[in-house]
Amino acid sequence: MKTPFLTVMLAIVSKDLRGEMRSREILSAMTIFAFLCILVFSFALELDRVARQEAISGALWVTLIFASLLGFNRSLAQEGDQGNLDALLLAPVARSALYFGKLLSNYLFTLLVALLILPLMTVIYNSDLLNGWLLLTTALGLFSFSTIGTLLSLLTLHTGSREALLPIAMLPVALPLLLTAVRASTNILNGAPTGQWLVWLQLLAAVSVIYLALGWLLCGFVLEE
Amino acid sequence: MNEPKPIIAVENLSKTLGLRPVLRSVNFTVARGQTIMLLGQNGSGKSTLLRLLAGLSKSTAGSIRIGGWQMPQEAAALRRQIGLVSHQPLLYGNLSARENLDFFGKLYGLGKAQRGEAIAALLDQVGLGKRAHSLARDFSRGMQQRLSIARALLHQPEILLLDEPFTGLDQAAAQILEEVILSAETQGRTLIITTHQLERAPSLAKRALILSRGRIAFDGGIEAMSAGSLRELYAGICGGTM
Repeated sequence: MKTPFLTVMLAIVSKDLRGEMRSREILSAMTIFAFLCILVFSFALELDRVARQEAISGALWVTLIFASLLGFNRSLAQEGDQGNLDALLLAPVARSALYFGKLLSNYLFTLLVALLILPLMTVIYNSDLLNGWLLLTTALGLFSFSTIGTLLSLLTLHTGSREALLPIAMLPVALPLLLTAVRASTNILNGAPTGQWLVWLQLLAAVSVIYLALGWLLCGFVLEE
Repeated sequence: MNEPKPIIAVENLSKTLGLRPVLRSVNFTVARGQTIMLLGQNGSGKSTLLRLLAGLSKSTAGSIRIGGWQMPQEAAALRRQIGLVSHQPLLYGNLSARENLDFFGKLYGLGKAQRGEAIAALLDQVGLGKRAHSLARDFSRGMQQRLSIARALLHQPEILLLDEPFTGLDQAAAQILEEVILSAETQGRTLIITTHQLERAPSLAKRALILSRGRIAFDGGIEAMSAGSLRELYAGICGGTM
């Protein structure tokens, strides 16, 4: 008999959060990278006010995506480098519970970084990035990115050049969600009518559901030898 | 009198990693409650065999049946019955000894009270009772190994697979481990232990398997053997080096 799904998922999340509270290995790397990225974009676009306004959502998503990749790599390294994944696989648990546990941890880390950088970007770029719809787009986009990111980071876990391979494997697969997230964010930031961006947000939700289903279906194959 | 039905039955088991055959037509059975020493040089296939028995790896050919269940196809039904101590400690460095065991206890579906009791007892048994709240990353290799053994015993598995458990242990820690192994045997658990320390083998097990180049080159009793005669036997099969 397998241990209940929710028990396993919450145990993994609680273990990851507790470990991160002690080490701050993941969040510190992600946050520092994100801050630097925002500053570089800000300096690069400083002289062109119009271009800067247009580029905000691009800067936001490039920052979040690369910071997330950094986080996924580190988060999964905790399972792979010490062989801990074997201990998880030995336990009488559904493979999907392990996947959803890591997914939820990764999502919480990326969301926390987003919540830290959005106010900072609001100040630096002088634009309202704390808009409710933009927050929803960010939350949805990051969730979608975490679903596929967790799956692919599990897939690349035992490869020699994991840190280089993950972005290469990830970015083409994540392109549909990146495009929809950037489109939705740009329109929301430019104050476009709801009809112009709602469809992108709906598309983003649909992509999230597809990625989540893919993760759920494929995680068993990815986790087994 | 009928022989007791074996708890582990391995038939014609082969495993190839890439193009390299690691195990070739391995056959053996293990009776319930038996302790077996698995000996062999580095690269002889000991760890691969333990991974296959634990259901962490798939064989290229042959079959493994544990308690009547086919591995790894029916591994899910057996996971609660197997405990593994690997080369690596399989612990989280950022969690304390107690938190590590608590986490794995949750994965095995143990209730809060059951976890609390089992963790306290096991930490005392492996000599880490006073270090329960220390982070695993601050432990020495030997202490991590002892914690790893506590992790493997936490869910009271019927079968315990120990991959070189004495590596990196000082005399005192090795003594504690021997006591843990003997106590597990007394409780009726089935143990398969790999080691390079031949002098320990006769005191821990009545039977040994010696793997050489992926094949079982010896399967027999060692209870009556001295460490010296086991070493001679081993040298004759494996060529003298550990």
